[in-house]
Amino acid sequence: MSNLNPMIYFDYAATTPVDPRVMQEMLPYFTEKFGNPSSVHGHGQIAEAALDNARTKVANLLGVRSEEILFTGCGTESDNLAIRGAGMGQRRSRNAYHILVSPVEHHAVLHTAKQLEEYYGFDVELLPVDQFGRVDPQDVKASLRPNTALVSVIYANNEIGTINPIHQIGEVCREAGVLFHSDAVQAAAHLPMDASSANVDLLAIGAHKFYGPKGVGALFVRRGVEVIPTQTGGNQEYNLRAGTQNIPYIVGMAKALEFAQTEYITWQERLSALRDRLIERVLEEIPQSRLTGHPIERLPNHASFVFKGIDGNQLLMMLDAAGFACSSGSACKVGNPKPSDVLEAIGISPIWNKGSLRITLGHSTVPEHIDRLMEVLPATIEQLRKISVG
Amino acid sequence: MSEKPSVVVGMSGGVDSSVAAALLVSQGYQVTGIMLRLWSQPCMEESNRCCTPEAMAQARRIAAMLGIPFYALDVQERFRNTVVESFIQGYSNGMTPNPCLVCNRQIRWGFMLDQALALGADYLATGHYARIEYSDDGKVRLIRASDPNKDQSYVLSGLSQEQLRHSMFPLGGMKKSDVRELARQFSLPVAERADSQDLCFLAGGDYREFLLRYAVKEMKPGKIITREGKILGEHQGLAAYTIGQRKGLGIAAPEPFYVLEKNLAENTLVIGFKDELGQSTLKTGVVNWISGNAPETDIRVQVKIRYRADLAWGILHSTPDGCSVVDFDRPLRDITAGQQAVFYDGDQVLGGGIIQP
Repeated sequence: MSNLNPMIYFDYAATTPVDPRVMQEMLPYFTEKFGNPSSVHGHGQIAEAALDNARTKVANLLGVRSEEILFTGCGTESDNLAIRGAGMGQRRSRNAYHILVSPVEHHAVLHTAKQLEEYYGFDVELLPVDQFGRVDPQDVKASLRPNTALVSVIYANNEIGTINPIHQIGEVCREAGVLFHSDAVQAAAHLPMDASSANVDLLAIGAHKFYGPKGVGALFVRRGVEVIPTQTGGNQEYNLRAGTQNIPYIVGMAKALEFAQTEYITWQERLSALRDRLIERVLEEIPQSRLTGHPIERLPNHASFVFKGIDGNQLLMMLDAAGFACSSGSACKVGNPKPSDVLEAIGISPIWNKGSLRITLGHSTVPEHIDRLMEVLPATIEQLRKISVG
Repeated sequence: MSEKPSVVVGMSGGVDSSVAAALLVSQGYQVTGIMLRLWSQPCMEESNRCCTPEAMAQARRIAAMLGIPFYALDVQERFRNTVVESFIQGYSNGMTPNPCLVCNRQIRWGFMLDQALALGADYLATGHYARIEYSDDGKVRLIRASDPNKDQSYVLSGLSQEQLRHSMFPLGGMKKSDVRELARQFSLPVAERADSQDLCFLAGGDYREFLLRYAVKEMKPGKIITREGKILGEHQGLAAYTIGQRKGLGIAAPEPFYVLEKNLAENTLVIGFKDELGQSTLKTGVVNWISGNAPETDIRVQVKIRYRADLAWGILHSTPDGCSVVDFDRPLRDITAGQQAVFYDGDQVLGGGIIQP
C-alpha cells in the first residue's frame, strides 16, 4: 500500500513525463550553454539563438509568425496574460469592457475574468453550453455586444474532454471584429494546432501536457492585437513579458511540441480505440454510470464519468490504493467534494456530480491497463455505494 | 510483501496521531494516513481547532516523511447532520451533550472505519490514549491508558466489539512525555500545541457563542430564580448554562451561587448555594456495554460522570430496557444530563450511557 507501488498511470491530462529526447535537448542549456539571451557576449548569443530557434519552431508548428509567439511560465500564465492583457488593451483603446467566456473554461481563464469583473469594472457574461459542454457559435454571435472586448472558449475541456467548434466561433468573432482567445492547453497535445486557420487571436499552451517540462508555456498573440503586459521589467518577449527567459525549458517545449504535432498525433487512433473500449465497458458494466462530455467530439485520450451517489474523492483513494492513478477531473486535494463548476454548468445533478472520475490515456497505456482497471472499478463503486448508505 | 497487517491511521497533524503513525510504520505495518475534514465555519477557518489548512498540510508533510499514502476525506455534511445537529438538539433539550462521543461512534468509527476496511485495511489506528486487550473468549476489552492524566477511554466508551476489534491505539501504554520524545526521535516536525478541551468546531469561541450563531431560537432569555421562586436576575438562554456552573451568572452575592436546575418548561434557571448541589443517584439511557452484554446482577463500579471527572464508587443496576441506575456512595455535584456516564471495573471500561434528566 505504499506510494511506490507499481502504478498504472491514468492521469495524462494532469501532466505527462518528459520525453527523454526532450530532456536531452534541454540539458546543455542548464550548464555549458547557460547564457542570458539579453547579454551581448558570446554566451548570450548562443542562448539567444536557442531562444530564436525555439520561437521559430513553435510558430511554424502553430502556423503563425515567430514574432507572434510569447514564452511564459505556464499555460495558466498564458491564459492570464491573454485575458487580462488583451482585456485591458481593449478597454484602453475602445472602451470595451464586456467579456464573454464559456462556463466550462479552466479556472486560469474563469478566475481571471472574475477578477477583472470584481476589481476592474469589467462585465463578464457566461455563454450557454449544451449538455456536453459545447459552445454553439450562434450563441456567441447572439451574445456579442458593441462593447465586447474579448471572447474566450476553451479548445478542449480538461474535465470532460469536449472539443469546441473553435474555427466557427473564431469566424463569428472575426466577422464582428471581436478578439477571440482559446485555451488550448489540453488540445495541443492531441489535435493539430493551426492558429492561423482557427481564427483565433490568442491561443495558450503549456508544455507539460505534451511530454515537455513543467513551468513553461507559450501564448500566441496575433500581430496587431494590443496586449498590456501584466509583468513589467526588461524588454524581453517584445516588451510583453518581462523577465529572463527560461532557455532550457523553452528549448524543451519547442522540441516537445514538435513531437506532439508530428508524432504523438499519430497515436490518436490507438488512444481513441482504447478510450472507446473503456467507455463502452464502464457504461455497460457499472450501473448508474454516465459519460460526461461529448461522446464523439472529445479528446482522443479522454474518458470522464459520473457515478450516482458516490464521492469522487473516496473513489480516487480506493483506486490509488489499488494501483491506479486517476483524477476526478478537477484538482481537489483537500478533499472538498464541492461539485465542479463544469459539471454544474452541463446540468449534472448533485446526486451525480460529486462522483466524477477522469481517466486519461497516454504513451504507455496498453489494452491490458484498461482490463486491469475494469477488474477493480465496478466492485469499488459498488462497495462505496454500500458504505455511503450507512 | 510484508506479512504485517495494514492499518489506516486517522491523522490530524498533531503530535499524537503523527507519532502513532510513525510507530506503526517502524513496526512494519503497512500504513495509510487518512484525515477527515469535519468542519469549517465560514470566515473562521483560522481559529478552528481542527482540520485547518495548516493542520492538513502538516499531516500531509508527516505522511510524506513517513513514506505513506495520505488522503483527505470530506465529511462536513455528515458531521453537521450527526454531531453538530445532536449537539444543538441536546442543548435545546436542556442537556449538556458531549459531541466527541457521537463523533467517535458515528464519524471516526463509522465513516472512517468503513473507508479503512473498504481500502483493505485490517485496522483503524488513532492517537487516542487507551488500550485494547483480548480476553480468552475472543472478546475485546477497552482499558484505560496507563497514564491516568492522558486517559481518553471515556470518549471511546460508545464503541462496539466490532469497532474495537478493528482498532489500534499505539499510544495507550505511553506518557505524553514518551510521545514527545518519540516525536523527537522520529524527527517529526510537530508543532507544540497546547492541549485543549475545547470542542473542535467551536472556532476559538465558546459554545455559547456557537449556540447563538447556530441555534438562536434555543437562546431565549428568561428569569433566574431560587428554589423558593425568588427572581434574582435574567439568563441569556438556558443552553448557555450547565449544572454546577458558578461563573457567569452575573449575580452579586456574599456567597457564590451555582446552577442547580434548568427548567425548560418555564424557561427558568434555578440557582442556589453549594450545599444545595449534589445528587446521589443517576439514570442513564440505553447503555453501550463494551462486552455486548449487560451484567445480570447489580455490580459495584467506578463511574466517571464527565470526561475530566474523578472516578466515583457506586452500585450499578441494569434495568430490563437496557438503561441503568447508579446509586453513589456519596452524593456528587455536577451530575449533568447529556453527559456520558462511563462505568469502570478497575482499568477496564465496562460501558457507558447518556445521563438522563
